[in-house]
Amino acid sequence: MSTITVVHHEEHAEHPTGIIRWLTTTNHKDIGTMYLTFALIMFFVGGAMILGIRAELFKPGLQLMNPEFFNQLIGVHALIMIFAALMPAATGFANWMIPLQIGAPDMALPRLNNWGFWLLPPSAILLTLPFTLALFGIGDGALATGWTFYPPLSIQGGIGVDFAIFAVHLLGISSVLGSINIIVTVFNMRAPGMTLMKMPMFVWGWLITAFLLIATIPVLAGAVTMLLTDRHFGTHFFDAAGGGDPIMFQHLFWFFGHPEVYILLLPVWGFIPQILETFSRKPMYGYKAQVYSFWGVGVLSVVVWAHHFFTSGMPVPALLYFMYSTMAISLPLAVMFFCWIKTMWKGSMSFETPMLFTVGWIILFGIGGLTGLVLADVAADAQYHNSYFIVAHFHYTLFAGGIMGIMAGTYYWLPKMTGHMYSEKLGKLHFWLTAISFNLTFIPQFFLGLAGMPRRIPDYALQFAEFNMISTIAAFILGLSQLLFVYNIVTCARGGKKATAQVWEGAQGLEWTLPSPPPYHSFTEQPTVK
Amino acid sequence: MATHSNNQYYVPHGSIYPAIIAAGLLSLASGFIFSVATDKSKDLAYLQTPGKWMMVLGAVLILSMVFKWMGTVITESVTGQFKAWEDKSFRIGMIVFICSEVAFFAAFFGALFYMRVFSVPELGGYDLDITPYKDFLATWPSSGPGGMTVSGEFKPGKLQPMAAWGLPAINTALLLSSGATITWAHWGLIKNNRKQLIIGMALTVALGIAFLVCQATEYHEAYTEMGLTLRSGAYGASFFMLTGFHGFHVMLGTIMLIVILLRCMKGHFTPEHHFGFEGVAWYWHFVDVVWLGLFIFVYWL
Repeated sequence: MSTITVVHHEEHAEHPTGIIRWLTTTNHKDIGTMYLTFALIMFFVGGAMILGIRAELFKPGLQLMNPEFFNQLIGVHALIMIFAALMPAATGFANWMIPLQIGAPDMALPRLNNWGFWLLPPSAILLTLPFTLALFGIGDGALATGWTFYPPLSIQGGIGVDFAIFAVHLLGISSVLGSINIIVTVFNMRAPGMTLMKMPMFVWGWLITAFLLIATIPVLAGAVTMLLTDRHFGTHFFDAAGGGDPIMFQHLFWFFGHPEVYILLLPVWGFIPQILETFSRKPMYGYKAQVYSFWGVGVLSVVVWAHHFFTSGMPVPALLYFMYSTMAISLPLAVMFFCWIKTMWKGSMSFETPMLFTVGWIILFGIGGLTGLVLADVAADAQYHNSYFIVAHFHYTLFAGGIMGIMAGTYYWLPKMTGHMYSEKLGKLHFWLTAISFNLTFIPQFFLGLAGMPRRIPDYALQFAEFNMISTIAAFILGLSQLLFVYNIVTCARGGKKATAQVWEGAQGLEWTLPSPPPYHSFTEQPTVK
Repeated sequence: MATHSNNQYYVPHGSIYPAIIAAGLLSLASGFIFSVATDKSKDLAYLQTPGKWMMVLGAVLILSMVFKWMGTVITESVTGQFKAWEDKSFRIGMIVFICSEVAFFAAFFGALFYMRVFSVPELGGYDLDITPYKDFLATWPSSGPGGMTVSGEFKPGKLQPMAAWGLPAINTALLLSSGATITWAHWGLIKNNRKQLIIGMALTVALGIAFLVCQATEYHEAYTEMGLTLRSGAYGASFFMLTGFHGFHVMLGTIMLIVILLRCMKGHFTPEHHFGFEGVAWYWHFVDVVWLGLFIFVYWL
């Protein structure tokens, strides 16, 4: 098994350059780079939208925009951040790292991989086009329903809803293709000796993510298709006059929507133990326990969806079931947190930027998880539901737990991808600015929510003024400090101190055996794992 | 683990087809939105014509690129680029793809069960003294309290469902026997009996087309004689969406079967190496199983 080679067409020996290279590429690293770049751009597009929201909320009253536009910004911000920033970022790392980590020549289905990426720019266009069309007097802008598309509002809405429905369709096809590719790669492309229980945690995280995507994205596609036919072809799926039910949409949507949370988080949970063991210079604690916990979370995530709409009304036994099953998710998560902390315990730790982000991540994501436990309580949820408390909660899970984890991974693997070291000083500055301004943005929102400020409303009572002002100022600092991140990445890609193959003293795994940056075709000879 | 006799993996050269298909999908989707925009706002009627042309452009781009893409794959296959290792990738990929299709149909079956078990009975549970829909009976099949219009005449609640033991039963027989004929054809392929292979495939294609003809007849009957349409409340919506998406899959499956039949006649497949055949056969069996679910839960029970 030591002479595995990769064959290519002759013309591939000199691959095309310029735009044609990127349009036609079947190389997993090129495609990974495109995913990551796309995610970074959309992160700023979605971020700019929410800064518009925060500017409007700087003081009570309507200052900058009408409520309709405010609602549109909120919905598109969420769709972009979830589908066009966080998911592509995770998929980009999957493309880059899974073949390197399992010792494969490339992803298993390279052309499909290319298609998966090129579906993203059209869907980003579909999401943002309604804003532009509205400027020319066509339609009334993007969807104003929030990212959840709840009927009947979404059935009454204008063409913005249709655009979002088709954007979701294209993003869904992209995710399903990506998942097929990852599942096939993991099952068929591992190097000899790389058994399933030797796979790096990131690969495990993505494998379970891919299963979740395969099970749930088509359900979302079905749900928004029913919405489309309800809007234009007279079906009554979500209309009680015809025997349907608007709440049925909530069930269908959140059957996808709750696993989606773990789709966003599981890849990041895979980064964490690997970064921790590198910078603690000792093997991770409880590998098996973490793998089983990943499975536990993955399985539980598809049976807890109704906790997103406790207040919509359902029978008491259903409330109890969804409350207890939701709380049960905290058990595997507690196992993971224990393993992560124990990995650091008595290690010879050093705090380079990836480690700073990871330790910060553990604390902040911990807060996100614990506030989720509070929300899972049916009785308490009646108070928290639809308030700023939930906004703060899911930003602790998805910004701290998602984006900051992605940033940790970026700093961790950037030297491997580019062949250069990034500026450690700027990286640390970026971490501290991000962590502090993030907390200053969202801690006030916990208080606002507890005091009763509803979400998705452009105006508020005077009593909320101070906290909103703090939150807005901090949000702008948070947004602007991300420019440091871009600057650091761009300068690192262009040059700087050469990175060694190992990069980090304590780094383990197959990706660190290749030079930095890795050759165009990763493992032309598959390594043997002992 | 990659344990296979062959130790080369084929990474295809770059391809422009995926990016053009994505552009075609963008054109198709936005064209569709423009062409139906007038439903929600009468001011947007002028978008209808450009929308339709965008749909045509998108469809042409997609279909031609799919044609070219599949052509490339077939060329790669017959020139021997795909060996056991690549074959296994395709197999796993096809299984996962079919799983995602199962999840897609599950959404519509889920909607059907939800309406039958929860929403329709619940709508019948209101106090007769206060509900304006006094004629509404919360039984399945239902078009909901709003009722439906059958040939110009308002009929509350109750409607005439599609009978299971007419055309649908014939359709069941057609699809089940097509599952048998494709397996028989597969046996022919494995035994290297080309005659059995081609007759089996041709029979399968014929059964698939017969199914589609019956389905079209049934739809025609529903619309013209029974007044059962997509607008007929919960029953009409779930009936037409479930059978419609299934019929669309049968159509795709039949097209794929025709391609495979032509490839069989050209002798593209060997007893050892015929993933293209098997992938389509798996897809066909999947469509068959979905139909059984439809026959039981949509037509029969």
